[in-house]
Amino acid sequence: MTETNLYLTMKGTTEGIIVYLDDQCSFDQLLEELHKQLESDAIHQRTSIKVHTQNRLLDTWQQDEIRHLLNDQHSIGIKSFESNVISKEEARSWYDHLTLKPYVKTIRSGQELHENGDIFIIGDVNPGATVTASGSVFVLGQLRGIVHAGFPDGANEVVAASYMNPSQIRIADQLSRAPDYEVEGSQREFAFINQETSQIELDDLHNLQKIRPNLTDISERGL
Amino acid sequence: MGESIVITSGKGGVGKTTTTANIGTALALQDKKVCLIDTDIGLRNLDVILGLENRIIFDIVDVIEGQCKLQAALVKDKRFDCLHLLPAAQSSDKNEVTPEGIQSLVEQLKPDYDYILIDCPAGIEQGYKNAVAGADKAVVVTTPEKSSVRDADRIIGLLEQENLESTHLVINRIRKHMMDSGDMLAVDDIVSTLSIDLLGVIMDDEDVIRASHHGNPVAFQPDTKASIGYRNIARRILGESVPLMSFDEDKGFLLKMKKLLGMK
Repeated sequence: MTETNLYLTMKGTTEGIIVYLDDQCSFDQLLEELHKQLESDAIHQRTSIKVHTQNRLLDTWQQDEIRHLLNDQHSIGIKSFESNVISKEEARSWYDHLTLKPYVKTIRSGQELHENGDIFIIGDVNPGATVTASGSVFVLGQLRGIVHAGFPDGANEVVAASYMNPSQIRIADQLSRAPDYEVEGSQREFAFINQETSQIELDDLHNLQKIRPNLTDISERGL
Repeated sequence: MGESIVITSGKGGVGKTTTTANIGTALALQDKKVCLIDTDIGLRNLDVILGLENRIIFDIVDVIEGQCKLQAALVKDKRFDCLHLLPAAQSSDKNEVTPEGIQSLVEQLKPDYDYILIDCPAGIEQGYKNAVAGADKAVVVTTPEKSSVRDADRIIGLLEQENLESTHLVINRIRKHMMDSGDMLAVDDIVSTLSIDLLGVIMDDEDVIRASHHGNPVAFQPDTKASIGYRNIARRILGESVPLMSFDEDKGFLLKMKKLLGMK
């Protein structure tokens, strides 16, 4: 079912109605058109729709305006705003969140490393050092310090190291620390949150692809 | 043109001052012109270890404040003509000393000396910043204890930001039997954790304390383990390649023969 007006195109899909807004006219014209359409009651009330703005980028206040018009005046919910375009700022933050940040150095006691995205350290993380990433942390060296992956809420992120003997591992909001007695570290391990127990567990690096098959898949990053 | 080396550790009491005095002495034994600078304002004791306390007239703060000439504050060692000490102030306000002040002092001293050793105070505050400001190279002193290695790691991290030519490690107060029994960190573990080049190891030796007590650095003595360690360090600083001393106790003639014959 497709219904076309001057500036509005409505499509019924299995996921519900999507309203495509023309991206060449002015925003005021759009609002007016929307208003007219709603007055004529072409859309049944109390439904939820998706709004697709095509090649137009809406400000927050413009989104609020449309939401206000639909929601408050006609009690139509908006599931989401979609668009073919994003702002540079948003693109940069996506990029930032998705790229691997390499470091060729030893992270020493008292040093702190904070990054968006994944961190790849070629070197050791010494006791007393802290590494924090929004993504996963990979250490090609000895991990003896504190690593926080998935900061603040990436529960699917992991911490992997060639030699694992950390003082603390944190993933999202979970924390696991080394026991009070001396322990020998282990070679090639990774830490992850076990969904069933919601606790941090360690496993052999070979099992990483079994446990997190989509680790490097960007669509898994909730974008 | 001389080379300036800061001797630092982060943690207190690991032997910075003793190391400074002994490396200085060992370099002087090799006929190098050496100037030692004590930057531990308010807690000076490099002069005590060298036995030069009674000869101090002016100190580093006097020089920086312009109260006296640099040459007037330098104390000549009682054993060598080529070893001089610029003592720290014991009472003056330590805020007078700035990184720029130390830097310009070191630059003034460089033409006249082969080596300028800067004894750094413990900690990572102003005193540390002052001491490091004038240095071309750094020597980090640690003992085989966890706390000391942790602090050395911290200091090495800070030194990495300082644009120094190199940073080397000295492991002090090694006790062979405790390393063997695993009650102390092993040399290899320390070097692997800190991942910097090892300049030398010093055995824990009563003679060091005895020597400091009498104001005669242990490096003078011909054959104690510690003095050999310090003299080896001096030779490595001069560019010789000296193998790391063995920790094994001498167990008599038979063992030596066996080693010689490759039986052990």
